[in-house]
Amino acid sequence: MNEIISLWPLLGIVIITLGFILRINPMLSIILSAIVTTLAAKMLPLQTLSVIGDGFLKTRNLSILVLLPLAMVGLIERHGMREKAQMIISNFTSMTVSKLLVLYLFLRQVTASFGLNSLGGHPQMVRPILAPMADKLVSEKYHSGEESRDKIKALAAATDNIGLFFGEDIFVAFGAVALMATFLQDNHIKVEMLNIALWGIPTAIFALLIHGFMICYWERQIAKTTPCQGATND
Amino acid sequence: MIKINLFYYLIGIVLVIVGSITLVDKKNSKRFTSGIFWLLYGLLFLVGDLIPSYVVGIAVLIMGLLAGFGKVIGVKHREFSYNDRLVRAKQIGAKLFIPALTIPVFVIIGTLVFKNLSIDGKQLIDPKGLTIICVALGCVLATIFACIITREKPQQSMHEMRRLIDTLGWAIVLPQMLAMLGIIFSACGVDKALAHVINDYFNMNWQILAIGLYIFGMAIFTIIMGNAFVAFPIMMGAVGIPSLILHFGFNPALIAAIGMLSGYCGTLMTPMAANFNIIPAALLELKDRNLVIKVQTPSAIMILCANFLFLVIMSYIK
Repeated sequence: MNEIISLWPLLGIVIITLGFILRINPMLSIILSAIVTTLAAKMLPLQTLSVIGDGFLKTRNLSILVLLPLAMVGLIERHGMREKAQMIISNFTSMTVSKLLVLYLFLRQVTASFGLNSLGGHPQMVRPILAPMADKLVSEKYHSGEESRDKIKALAAATDNIGLFFGEDIFVAFGAVALMATFLQDNHIKVEMLNIALWGIPTAIFALLIHGFMICYWERQIAKTTPCQGATND
Repeated sequence: MIKINLFYYLIGIVLVIVGSITLVDKKNSKRFTSGIFWLLYGLLFLVGDLIPSYVVGIAVLIMGLLAGFGKVIGVKHREFSYNDRLVRAKQIGAKLFIPALTIPVFVIIGTLVFKNLSIDGKQLIDPKGLTIICVALGCVLATIFACIITREKPQQSMHEMRRLIDTLGWAIVLPQMLAMLGIIFSACGVDKALAHVINDYFNMNWQILAIGLYIFGMAIFTIIMGNAFVAFPIMMGAVGIPSLILHFGFNPALIAAIGMLSGYCGTLMTPMAANFNIIPAALLELKDRNLVIKVQTPSAIMILCANFLFLVIMSYIK
């Protein structure tokens, strides 16, 4: 490589990292990092503004996925969706939060591996259904405080993420698989998309075992930190 | 042809309504700045494509500063009491699940049906954004079903939307802001500079080091850039192809798959991937915005190590 590469744009990374460490409002560190990075790349102020504007417009898809389900979610919540989900889960007397989340993890992975990514999701599945169920199971069994209940809700969200990430890559027609194949082919390396998809299976199994184990670990942690151990009423 | 822009306009209208209501809401002590924030956000959805991009840039900066200095807040909304909701849940019963299930069912059917559906030789739905358009259509349909099942007027769905948008607050914009920063990083050569640093300081002739660099580098890169798709070409180009595939003769499909999934481990650990990590925390109204990341990180690190060991083992049997 003969071209001279400027290392100054790396300043942007330093800023965003410091921002997170020092817990500065992320909006401010993002804006500062964007401006510094473009300055370091010798862009003019007007160019900087254009790049910021273009980048924002190009990524509007991300907001669609968060915003559009909210009208429906709000309506069913108002009429007791979360309470209904909790009533249903209470009917399964032998259900524990570990069993619920491991089952969800497995189903999320399997369905995502068939391309059914939209069967889960934070606005439409985790907030109105999965998290209230998990919350009910721990608060009934362990009479947990708010900290533990927050933790189990976060675990429900984490389980949705992990199930999705380590399932979707097994689906041949998934965008990431095409991206990998295209990149390799552009670099003159012959590869089949199906092969890439199949090599996603080992990690999918690791993820199921590891996160499944971690789910049980978190439930044990909550059981330990609870003073009354669920033995007393109220 | 139905394009994704249609839903940009829909979201734009909703946000402009939310912004206007906020602007005149006396309960909100920062109604002026909060209202401006949502109005600007909505206008970018409505007319963003029509105005010069530097004007969009200015609007984005204003939004960022308003949110960054704590000038965007929501109000408490009236809700049914817990007991009322229990009664409603018993009355309506399992039918409440129908709207939530409408979205995935519609996406599955929609992607199959609309793929080749054309009227007068024109595709009904833009094939480039087929899945996301189906998700969006599914959301609209699900809202209609929700109104029917709960017997609410359509206006109520707007109130509910405003309630949840207030709950999420400016965090809704974070995924886009971070994705924008990722685009800037790429445009300014941050990725090239990083690849350069890696090539300069590491000796890639030692197989176990090359494997480790590839796996953990992929995760670290994703943590920085917030997106495994950005990290993949960089690490693949810097270590994957020259070292692992060409020099050590690994199967390219194996290297690609394990690499991308190691990047995903990074996604689980970074606030830069706001849509997976920060938005859920806001949606679940968790006190600690980073709690989802904290809970995910042990799993992510262990999966990453499993990937590393797997490649090391594969290096003996390849």
